Amino acid sequence: MSTTTQTVTFGEQVDLALNNVSLQQAMGRAESGFVETRRHCVEAMPEFEALKDTARDIKEHTLEHLDSYLEFFEEKVIENGGTVHWASSGEEACRIILGICQQADARLVTKGKSMVAEEIHLNEALEKAGLEVVETDLGEYIIQLANEMPSHIIAPAMHKTRSQISELFHTHHQSLGYVDKTTTREEIVSEARQVLRDVFVSADVGITGANFLVAETGSNVIVTNEGNGDLTSCLPRVHIITAGIEKVIPSLEDLSVFLRLLARSATGQEMAAYTTLYTGPRRDDDPEGPEEYHVVLVDNGRSAMLAGNYRSMLRCIRCGACLNHCPVYTAIGGHSYGWIYTGPMGAVLTPLMTGLDNAYDLPNACTLNGRCQEVCPVRIPLPDFLRQHRVRQNQRRLGSGLSRRVVSMWAWLARRPRFYQAVMALPVRLLSYLGRHRGAFEKLPFGRGWTVVRDFPAPTGATFQQQWQKRKRSEP
Amino acid sequence: MEDEAENPRPISVALLVTCLVDLMRPNVGFAAVNLLQDAGCTVTVPRAQSCCGQPAYNNGDESSTLAIGRQVIEVFESFDYVVVPSGSCGGMLREHYPRLFSADLEWVNRAYALAQKTYELTEFLVDVIGYKGGNSHYSGLCTYHDSCAGLRELGVRAQPRQLLAGVGDLELIEMNETDTCCGFGGTFSVKYPEISGRLAANKVANADRTDADTLLGGDLGCLLHLAGRMRREGRSLKVFHVAEVLAGMASGPSIGEPEASV
Repeated sequence: MSTTTQTVTFGEQVDLALNNVSLQQAMGRAESGFVETRRHCVEAMPEFEALKDTARDIKEHTLEHLDSYLEFFEEKVIENGGTVHWASSGEEACRIILGICQQADARLVTKGKSMVAEEIHLNEALEKAGLEVVETDLGEYIIQLANEMPSHIIAPAMHKTRSQISELFHTHHQSLGYVDKTTTREEIVSEARQVLRDVFVSADVGITGANFLVAETGSNVIVTNEGNGDLTSCLPRVHIITAGIEKVIPSLEDLSVFLRLLARSATGQEMAAYTTLYTGPRRDDDPEGPEEYHVVLVDNGRSAMLAGNYRSMLRCIRCGACLNHCPVYTAIGGHSYGWIYTGPMGAVLTPLMTGLDNAYDLPNACTLNGRCQEVCPVRIPLPDFLRQHRVRQNQRRLGSGLSRRVVSMWAWLARRPRFYQAVMALPVRLLSYLGRHRGAFEKLPFGRGWTVVRDFPAPTGATFQQQWQKRKRSEP
Repeated sequence: MEDEAENPRPISVALLVTCLVDLMRPNVGFAAVNLLQDAGCTVTVPRAQSCCGQPAYNNGDESSTLAIGRQVIEVFESFDYVVVPSGSCGGMLREHYPRLFSADLEWVNRAYALAQKTYELTEFLVDVIGYKGGNSHYSGLCTYHDSCAGLRELGVRAQPRQLLAGVGDLELIEMNETDTCCGFGGTFSVKYPEISGRLAANKVANADRTDADTLLGGDLGCLLHLAGRMRREGRSLKVFHVAEVLAGMASGPSIGEPEASV
């Protein structure tokens, strides 16, 4: 697959990932951790499934009236003394944000974790204009140093082992006076905190994402475990929030539903460590807070999604549960997906946002086992969306022509059962004869796709239909 | 059946054999027939069947899927029940057909009616018939793999375990992550063999860690894939379809095992 940032094919990336020992180590540990903690949390909450229905309904309702709720939200933000900017594309959003930074004479920008900022390549745009941008979420900071894409939407550096992070810090922090290599978890975190502390207090602009936008109050809500979002929002003179237009929800009452679902689904916590609502710039009697408060609402393809068959994908609250529970994601890691959105939600979103032909493999490299849909807190039918992608790819004749021909030949046969049975009986007879003493084949002509990783169990005699007909004939 | 007088007409069941059972392991089909007959049903195996259409469906070939779906509906709709020894094909008929035909009023009604009477084998035996099991025996320590479609689309989890509890000498031990996909996924298994193989290796390792000597499941696709992977890794677990064990028809070679040399 070739998207904006990657030229390695999906297959090559998968091979690398499956044979990357430290990646496999990192993924194995992280995945089983999130799955277990979520399970405990959900088991302790009998109303969890009902809450998912409620969350789905709130999102559906909001999407149905999205234009109105966005305007309510804007009105409230203005009332609170902030500004709302509307960006139809990623480039436009970057231009707006750069404009705000330049207006504020900014040199140093701190950033909280924001998937939309990743989506629109905000760091690149700001750095190109001469600004220094520092990620303050630990995971984002790590991948910024490594110059990599996030591999998970809530744990961007999930693919990294501790020793890799230790090396990375050692390389980048020596010039800041951290000469000794830190190796324990506590030391590593403490070093990051010290380095970032200086950045927080000297930043001119802080940019964060938003987990939710509340129309009723004009607030943006940030949920983190590190508190970096708060330092990014409160300390600089200017606070900019980037958010997709689908992030708006009607009321604080609705927010309570999502807050109960989000951390449980994401990390298996009842609540994340920090949940903060920001409502406009600093008021006269506030002890602290930014002087300017800007919300940049990003469309970037979302309103097209709203109008089409994939609307319910806009319910996604970016919790990452579908990634954590996806056996394919766990095996191949986030970078194999070629873009910032990974796992099942990425396999749906990436083709929608970067093109079906750009991301041919993503909807196909899935067993359709349905676990993602089962854990999704807003009940997005992810497997159905992946199948829909496949239908559209098939209609556009994307992917291997050979596999399309094999499927349609087989389908032609399957529609003629008697003929099908006669035709299929021949290879079955041959293979069962050849296989009777070995039970399974290590290699088969035309069967490499199967035998490259497993033996092919031999058929056991004549087909069921043949034996059944014979049995019926012999009955009185 | 004991209550002949109360139940004058035996239940008429059509068996959807599934393409894999038909071609690869007919013993599963015969086991299903025996179980259904033992439970008092009249079993018909319609000749005009091939496959439920999943290979076309999962590869985005919509028109072929619809054509095959119509054929299945026509052949099977006249029976009281349709029983399938596979959660995956059962899920196709019950969950996916009605949605596939949603644009066509006549066919959506027929698809829906078919869906209402379609059951996976163990589900049918336990939930519909209340079958208590025959006198089968299987001496072994077994572990059970929950196939994804059966588990998530049809809710099959307790039924096979309940029936296995009635099999003499059989002991069941659960493995870790019984509900994680084994990586078969139909044509996925040959389109993305490396990923598929890794998931199979994970599953096989989980099964082996239990000290079980037999792996059971309700979907032949998963079982062929896992048995093939075990053979490749040189592991000695036997693999059977749950119907074979329940019907007392698991004395022959397990999946992927050679016939005993004479």
